[in-house]
Amino acid sequence: MATFQFDLVGPERILYSGAVDAVQLPGSEGEMTVLPGHAPVLTTLKTGMLVITESPQHGKRVLVRGGFAEINATSLTVIAERATPVEELTPEIIDADIAAAELQYDATDDYDRKRDIEGQIAQLREAKVALSF
Amino acid sequence: MPSLKDLRNRITSVKATQKITKAMQMVAAAKLRRAQNAAESARPYAERMAQVLGNLAANLTPGAETPRLLSGTGQDRTHLLLVCTAERGLCGAFNSSIARLARDHARRLMAEGKTVKIICVGKKGYDVLRREFRDQIIELIELRGVRQLGFENAEGIARNLLGRFDAGEFDIATLFYSRFRSVIAQIPTAQQIIPAEIATTAAASGASADAVYEYEPGEGEILAALLPKNLTVQILRALLENAASEQGARMGAMDSATRNAGEMIKKQTLIYNRTRQAMITKELIEIISGAEAL
Repeated sequence: MATFQFDLVGPERILYSGAVDAVQLPGSEGEMTVLPGHAPVLTTLKTGMLVITESPQHGKRVLVRGGFAEINATSLTVIAERATPVEELTPEIIDADIAAAELQYDATDDYDRKRDIEGQIAQLREAKVALSF
Repeated sequence: MPSLKDLRNRITSVKATQKITKAMQMVAAAKLRRAQNAAESARPYAERMAQVLGNLAANLTPGAETPRLLSGTGQDRTHLLLVCTAERGLCGAFNSSIARLARDHARRLMAEGKTVKIICVGKKGYDVLRREFRDQIIELIELRGVRQLGFENAEGIARNLLGRFDAGEFDIATLFYSRFRSVIAQIPTAQQIIPAEIATTAAASGASADAVYEYEPGEGEILAALLPKNLTVQILRALLENAASEQGARMGAMDSATRNAGEMIKKQTLIYNRTRQAMITKELIEIISGAEAL
């Protein structure tokens, strides 16, 4: 099966770089799976699971929180604001994030922002369930 | 003529100082390595960001409304200077050279009749600028308790800046920090961050430039979401470069301080030995002349 170049870049370090079969992205307009030869797309990301398939039956999952994906036929670059590989993730980290988001929610009066944060919290809860914590 | 005891005390105190400066140098060297790593691993992120942003700005449909963060307010009456310095001193000319650059910039703007506002990040720059620009400084952001600079710190500052920009408090923002060239060379730098300066060189991004992207959501919305993030990234980069520069400058300063202390110890020891010998000679003369007088 054909592969393509995938780079996952966090603000503090490069988290992943290599050839992969497929990557599933939490796009802000909906989940999408990128395969080799994808049409060029630039999309924003929401909080959610990014699933990397390196080869059939082998993959990694990374929790990303906001960012961008630049897709073209031969490569995919994800610029994630915050990204944590599932292996490094603990329920405590997600709980702390949910608590921080709730604090922000209470602190702001802007309705658009409130809605954004509400969405974030829901997605974090979802991620927590998905990891069966 | 200082007594022997005075000299001995002086030597001990210089030795103690030398030990401290030596230790500080070693700590700075260890911290420098970490800060340098952090600054280097943050670089790809900023580069990719600039690349995507450049692509986006270059392919922007003409006539579409460009966000104010990119096009500016159309005025340049009020300037905001974001001056990033260290929280601690004893690092050579590091803080003062950034502050001097900012001061010259502020003076020039004020001479042109523009309004200047200053936000200080780091206490040391504030201490220097406070004397001359007491009324211009609107805020001091301290990062004293921060052990490891992260995305969150930069995000806080960026959000503060964006809030002020949306409220129309300034037209142009300039960031002052020290670029880390090498351990012995740190270059104080001024960089305009609002409106964003974007290198729209399609050649730099290579083949992807001519591909026509689909945007999800629309390109205007992506650009609007991306620009504040770009601001955060620029600030983060400045903070990380600054942290590396600070440690580099401190290492250099402490190295020369240790050397100076060593020279001083040598000089003082020489004086001490001379004085000691002179006293012994004097005592001998006294004893001999006393014996001869009998």
